[in-house]
Amino acid sequence: MSATDMTVKSTAGTHDVAAAPRSHPGRWIAAAALVVLCVGWVVSLWSNQNIDHATIADFLFDGRILQGVLLTVGLTACSMLLATALAVALAVMRLSANPVLRVVSWGYTWFFRGTPLLVQIVFWGYLGLLYEKISLGIPFTSVHFFSANTNTIVTPFVAGLLALGMNEAAYASEIVRAGLLSVDHGQVEAAHSLGMSPAYTLRRIIVPQAMRVIIPPMGNETISMLKNTALLQLIAVPELYTRASWISAQNLSQVELLIVASAWYLVLTSVLSVPQYYLERRYGRGAGRSLPATPWQQARHTVTRIRTRVAQVAHTHPRNARTEADS
Amino acid sequence: MTPSPLVEARNVRKHFGAHHVLKGIDLEVRRGEVMCLLGPSGSGKSTFLRCINHLEKVDGGRIYVDGELMGYEEHASRKGHAREMKPKQIAAQRRSIGMVFQRFNLFPHLTALENITEAPIGVARQSRPDARSRGMELLRRVGLTDHAGAYPAHLSGGQQQRVAIARALAMEPKLMLFDEPTSALDPELVGDVLSVMRDLARSGMTMIVVTHEIGFAREVADQVVFMDDGIVVESGAPSRVIDDPQHERTRAFLDSVL
Repeated sequence: MSATDMTVKSTAGTHDVAAAPRSHPGRWIAAAALVVLCVGWVVSLWSNQNIDHATIADFLFDGRILQGVLLTVGLTACSMLLATALAVALAVMRLSANPVLRVVSWGYTWFFRGTPLLVQIVFWGYLGLLYEKISLGIPFTSVHFFSANTNTIVTPFVAGLLALGMNEAAYASEIVRAGLLSVDHGQVEAAHSLGMSPAYTLRRIIVPQAMRVIIPPMGNETISMLKNTALLQLIAVPELYTRASWISAQNLSQVELLIVASAWYLVLTSVLSVPQYYLERRYGRGAGRSLPATPWQQARHTVTRIRTRVAQVAHTHPRNARTEADS
Repeated sequence: MTPSPLVEARNVRKHFGAHHVLKGIDLEVRRGEVMCLLGPSGSGKSTFLRCINHLEKVDGGRIYVDGELMGYEEHASRKGHAREMKPKQIAAQRRSIGMVFQRFNLFPHLTALENITEAPIGVARQSRPDARSRGMELLRRVGLTDHAGAYPAHLSGGQQQRVAIARALAMEPKLMLFDEPTSALDPELVGDVLSVMRDLARSGMTMIVVTHEIGFAREVADQVVFMDDGIVVESGAPSRVIDDPQHERTRAFLDSVL
């Protein structure tokens, strides 16, 4: 009995040495140090006498703040949609054989990337001072199909949307262009040889492959856009940051309301990474030999791994198991 | 009267900058015929093949497929002048010409079956079930029924090239162009692709094949064309061009590859 035990143990021992994963003590130490630092920081915030925690709690779910959150989300979504549509058009124009389209695209990017976003926001917000009326007609004649006061069309929301969307389009067009250029030219030739038109080739063959390259930086841009909406405070768009600043102007709790706003921005950016993850998976099909596991699959995998590890430990220490069973 | 040739090239010329790639190519391919284009790299044979379906623009001369001038329309008033067609017209012309590339060029985001059915559904407007059943039939023909749902990255080079052949056949072309279809393959995978091409030739498909596989050319080709430095050096039956070459350049090339 004890002899068989010995042989089993010795072979198991040699196998363990051969297959044991490297241990990483440095990682554990670094992780522990970081946890201590983070806890220390949170405690310092919590115990800080200059921060009124009750005010933060009061305003975190205040109706005005929640309305601001809603508008921030809406503005981000609308301006990213506008920016993406414009960006695809600009990128295709830039890669076109038509020199007029190429120059128009280049000029647009040059202008909107070359001037500060803050200045563009102010210009859109005060467009009524530059042009009192907006009208559609035949230039240099008295024919007008349509005419309206600038301030009734370009409301603060519209001004913010145009400023953010059109500025972002200049940056996003370069991301889209990089994505389109990343697709091998052989793909275009194969599509053309099958009789696909240039537009069909772009839509069904090139863009789906370019998405893999486009999505990660566009996720970045979306997060950036979410926080840039705060700049619209300058033209009184009642989004999250504007609302927080209005409240703090009344109750003088500037720090508390900045914390409330920041907390919401953090929550929103965290939520945004979820659709990005699944979009990346969707367009990653066929790119590698296998798709990476989803967080759910990873969690399940980790649980299985811990279980087998526990089972292994029980197996390599049969004496412990036996004593437990005995007692 | 003999039936008109399927492919007719008249004095085809092409430059890349100062480099003269095609210096006046005259060729005829009859219906149901297999023509193999041989020649050293840089001789212009791939460029000529790509001119046939207008992937490359010719600088002079005319290429007719089934009596239709490829890629250009004759100028109405100025005789001998031609103008490039609109992209849509060119796309329509290409539908009847299948092409197989050296590097396969399968669409990596689509499965093998989707690669085959994309153009029939999206371009030829076939119904989805029809296109799929035809696609499966084509996959059976190239021996890949089990791989219908596989993405190209999961297939070997030989399998990818056979899917590419099936994809080209799905548009029911009257002419198939092969641009060095086995040059990017591991030696042990070449045989499968060549046997698919052999079957296709036997079924009566008109084929133009740019290749370095002299054995395949000798066995399958009805006509072998040897090109060098942008001209046709000699052409004729394989027994004449490969086994009894008349020109010194042909002889030197065949000695170097055999």
